[in-house]
Amino acid sequence: MRGYGKECVFGPLFKLLEVTFELLVPLVVARIVDEGIAQGNTGEVLGLGALLVAFGAAGLASAVTAQYFAAKAAAGFAAAMRHDLFAHVQRLSFSDLDAIGASTIITRLTSDVNQIQTGVNLALRLVLRSPFVVFGAMIMAFVVDARAALVFAVTIPVLAVVVAVIMLISVPLYRGVQNRLDRITTLTRESLAGVRVIRAFRRERAEREAFEEATDSLTRAQLFVGRISALMNPLTYAIVNIGIAVLIWTGAVRVDAGLLTQGAVIALVNYFSQILVELVKMANLVITVTKALACNRRVKQILAVEPQPNTTAGTVSAPAAEKLPATERPFIEFDHVSLTYRGAQAPALEDICLTVRRGQTIGVIGGTGSGKSSLVNLIPRFYEASQGTLLVEGTPVGAWPLAELRTLTGMVPQRAMLFNGTIAENLRWGNASASSTDLKRALEVAQALDFVEKLPEGINAPIAQGGSNLSGGQRQRLTIARALVRRPRILVLDDSASALDYATDVRLRRALRELDPSMTVFIVSQRTASVRFADQIVVLEDGRMAGLGTHDELLAGCPVYQEIYASQFGQDALEKSQADSRAADPANTAAAGAALPATGRKGA
Amino acid sequence: MAQQQSTVRRLLGLLGAHRALIACSLICAAGSVVCTLYLPVLIGNATDLIVGAGNVGFVELYGILARMAAVALVTALLQWVMNLANNRIAYVLARDLRNRAFANLERLPLRTLDDRPSGDTVSRMVADVDQMTDGLLMAFTQFFTGVMTILGTLVLMFATNVPIAVAVVALTPLSFILARFIARRTFVMFRRQSETRGELTGLVNELVGGEKVVQAFGREDEGIAAFDEINARLQDTSLKAAFFSSLVNPSTRFINASVYAAVAVIGGLAVIGGSITVGGLTCMLNYANQYAKPFNEITGVVSELQNSLACAARIFELIDEKPEAPDAADARVLAEPQGAVALEHAAFSYVPSRPFIEDLNVRVEPGQRIALVGPTGCGKTTVINLLMRFYDVTGGSIAVDGTDIRSLTRTSLRAGWGMVLQDTWLKSGTVRENIAFGRPNATDEEVEAAAKAAFIHSFIMRLPQGYDTPVTENGENFSAGQRQLLCIARVMLARPPMLILDEATSSIDTRTELLVQQAFQRLMEGRTSFIVAHRLSTIQNADRILVMRDGRVIEQGTHDELLERGGFYTELYNAQFAQ
Repeated sequence: MRGYGKECVFGPLFKLLEVTFELLVPLVVARIVDEGIAQGNTGEVLGLGALLVAFGAAGLASAVTAQYFAAKAAAGFAAAMRHDLFAHVQRLSFSDLDAIGASTIITRLTSDVNQIQTGVNLALRLVLRSPFVVFGAMIMAFVVDARAALVFAVTIPVLAVVVAVIMLISVPLYRGVQNRLDRITTLTRESLAGVRVIRAFRRERAEREAFEEATDSLTRAQLFVGRISALMNPLTYAIVNIGIAVLIWTGAVRVDAGLLTQGAVIALVNYFSQILVELVKMANLVITVTKALACNRRVKQILAVEPQPNTTAGTVSAPAAEKLPATERPFIEFDHVSLTYRGAQAPALEDICLTVRRGQTIGVIGGTGSGKSSLVNLIPRFYEASQGTLLVEGTPVGAWPLAELRTLTGMVPQRAMLFNGTIAENLRWGNASASSTDLKRALEVAQALDFVEKLPEGINAPIAQGGSNLSGGQRQRLTIARALVRRPRILVLDDSASALDYATDVRLRRALRELDPSMTVFIVSQRTASVRFADQIVVLEDGRMAGLGTHDELLAGCPVYQEIYASQFGQDALEKSQADSRAADPANTAAAGAALPATGRKGA
Repeated sequence: MAQQQSTVRRLLGLLGAHRALIACSLICAAGSVVCTLYLPVLIGNATDLIVGAGNVGFVELYGILARMAAVALVTALLQWVMNLANNRIAYVLARDLRNRAFANLERLPLRTLDDRPSGDTVSRMVADVDQMTDGLLMAFTQFFTGVMTILGTLVLMFATNVPIAVAVVALTPLSFILARFIARRTFVMFRRQSETRGELTGLVNELVGGEKVVQAFGREDEGIAAFDEINARLQDTSLKAAFFSSLVNPSTRFINASVYAAVAVIGGLAVIGGSITVGGLTCMLNYANQYAKPFNEITGVVSELQNSLACAARIFELIDEKPEAPDAADARVLAEPQGAVALEHAAFSYVPSRPFIEDLNVRVEPGQRIALVGPTGCGKTTVINLLMRFYDVTGGSIAVDGTDIRSLTRTSLRAGWGMVLQDTWLKSGTVRENIAFGRPNATDEEVEAAAKAAFIHSFIMRLPQGYDTPVTENGENFSAGQRQLLCIARVMLARPPMLILDEATSSIDTRTELLVQQAFQRLMEGRTSFIVAHRLSTIQNADRILVMRDGRVIEQGTHDELLERGGFYTELYNAQFAQ
């Protein structure tokens, strides 16, 4: 609650003041009865009446002040918390983002913080009020008459126990209701996502029956917990009124003995009623505050995750390669790099060795889950290698300032993700100061200029949330253009051509080569056709390098590559093209050793 | 307004089914109101018996107090029964609405479903129904009792002492008016708050959802700046909303305190004048407290009810969405189709003004394999939708075994087709349930045979629980290839005479890929098959290739014939597969 200390003190303080004025009311009424009425003193009755109104006004003033402080503290606190959380998320590493998951971060940033805000607001207003009223009323009752007030001392704990027991039983039951509601969400989502399959297999009725079963189960659970929680108000009502009856009886005995006045009995009954009202409020407060506390824990969990440090390694002296002239120096070097994702059993990448020169095109191929994306994600340090070193321009990536390293790279991620705004605004993510000629050039290379120019607003056309007004292929081409706008030294196309038809894919690769011959390009793909012209192709299987070489070398000597090729073009095509390349360049057969170079280099 | 009225009328109509429960709820509410009003009278009577030292009517007092305890218990019981009745009405209504909405979902035309964002539908089914229930429940519990309490109190107060009653009646509406005044002001602020919240959620959704891209492009600070701008506005609006809305309680409390003071003064004077007793005054003071409360509650209920009506309207929209035209009355059942499929001048358009598929003519003999080839968006998927009658043609016709499919029952037509889509959908349930999806009464042996034929049996056997292994939503615990094999097994078990296969564009790992291709081959044996093809081998093995472009079949023939022709297919082939 830092920064809101004043509000947090004054809020409850003014609330106490309000309660004090309220607690004085029964005493005044008692005096009206005992002194004003009993002695027939009209002036006294009028004066005390005016006093009641004055107390009311003073109470109002205190309450308004208290509410203002509470609202200010709650709103300010929530805003600060949201800011902290959001800013924190910006600094989290990809591993942490994966571990936490975007959807839960979003929920915590929005609905959890809102819950906390409500909780803080209510707590500042009520947390002191209700107990203060309850105990204040009790103390006042003791002041009026200690013997009669014993009834309070018995009834209040009984009430507290009843409220607590009902809540203890019903809160877990409500969680059960929530789970059943989740089931309804799942079934609805599922039947929408699978509507074609469901209809193709004519299972509409079965789906409906399953759904009806789920709603039935929900209703049963709701009715069950409803039966228990519906006891709360009636039970407290009965207890308080029976308490009042006992109180009146006790009072009557005391009055009869001349120890108490009629007005005092009325005051006691009044205090009793006040307690009832507050207890019900308190039960609600407890629920809200428990919820807010749970939410607070969820937010704190994320804040507790350490952000990614800017650089991890100290300035490591660059290896001997630095002495070579820049053109000869390896641009990117994977030196026995392994990567094990946090919490994963097996490594995603194991012992990767790869040397890339400036301006080369590197193909990365392999099945789903073979580690292709992991490999390219290491370059901008989205993930840290768990073993080995990755050097960019001779410097370990850990020693690069993060922002600088990432400026070098233009990433085109697998999922074409665009943001709210115009096409131009999205492209300028790559480089805020890019001119419109730059943007146009990037669109042209990315094979996107055609369709962008056909849009009525052209480059200023708005992109709907998530880019839903564009086709998958169009979105993908825009993300490629976005990466090109920053004129990256390293361009990473992570399976980015998957939504493009082959002809466009070919034109794209040709244009990339023409754009900037010194740009190093990584093409991640599952199709041999997309990587076949690369200078080097890395073949991955289960995180290990199963081959490294050119298309022809791999076709000749890498079984995994052959298998992939055959699955896409058929066995005949494989044999034919193997024969072709042998015929064209007999030296290639000798290069069959290119397969599994990683094992070959292990000893080095 | 008119819409709101019709929503109210419909809700009342639905509630009509619960007439007995509603009557029970109303009777209990009336009973408990009478009891709660009677209690202050008893307290007043009791106070009157306690006059002073040595002047207490203990015998009478005992009777009154015993009656008080009994009345309190009866009130509690009535309230509880009323709550139970209300719960039942509201929750059962919610269940019925959900069931009806879901039943309608299962009957909606695919086009409607494709057009409608599924998140919105889910939120109507879940959140809106919940909101509506909460509102109704609150209305049932508080509205009627509130009105009854106000009326009852008025009657009793006038019966006890007219001047006091007049004072209360004159003053209390002030609190009501004040509450209304504040509520109207705060409504605007709350709306602004929820708008700003929506804005913030939108931004967070986008940026956190794309956090990796944000970081890849070093846009963290821009993101924080945009966030802070909205956050500051949110802080301001929520401060105002919270503050102004929290004024309602203190203000009404002040009015109530004034009413209370007025009753005390007027009552006090009346006691001195002898027109009522002290007990009568206590009773009036109690009423003054009780009388004001329902006004505030009713104000709350009215706004809650409005919200609840808005939610109900959204659910009704879902229920009223026009279902698929039912099968024609004389629709025939397609029994054991041979698999001859003919599309004649078939046309289809998503938007009437923009024809999409035009003049599509294809004749397929039983058992033929047809490969559909063409660039993205050329209409391959739409053809599948038309064959399955997910969509109906807007012109021309499609016939199976010489019968127009529109004169067949949808179920029998769809039973004739087996379908494996690229987007592999599995249901949450066990592996066995998923394979038996098309034939729930299949024996275990049949399920296993289908799994074997789809090359997935040995994999299933290696799973910890074998065929009883649970499949999570969307089958996320299986790899893409395994999901595809499960989908093939699902069709294998159903043994349909005709097939629609949609090859995956992105390949799965190579080994599974080969298994999938073999499984496809086995599946297609002797069956008329339409394949949206991406693999060269599939295309080469097809009896006929339909080359599609912009919704038309522009070339037809075998692989070799088409290559010879040197048209669009050759161009595609060269770009895609040529060396």
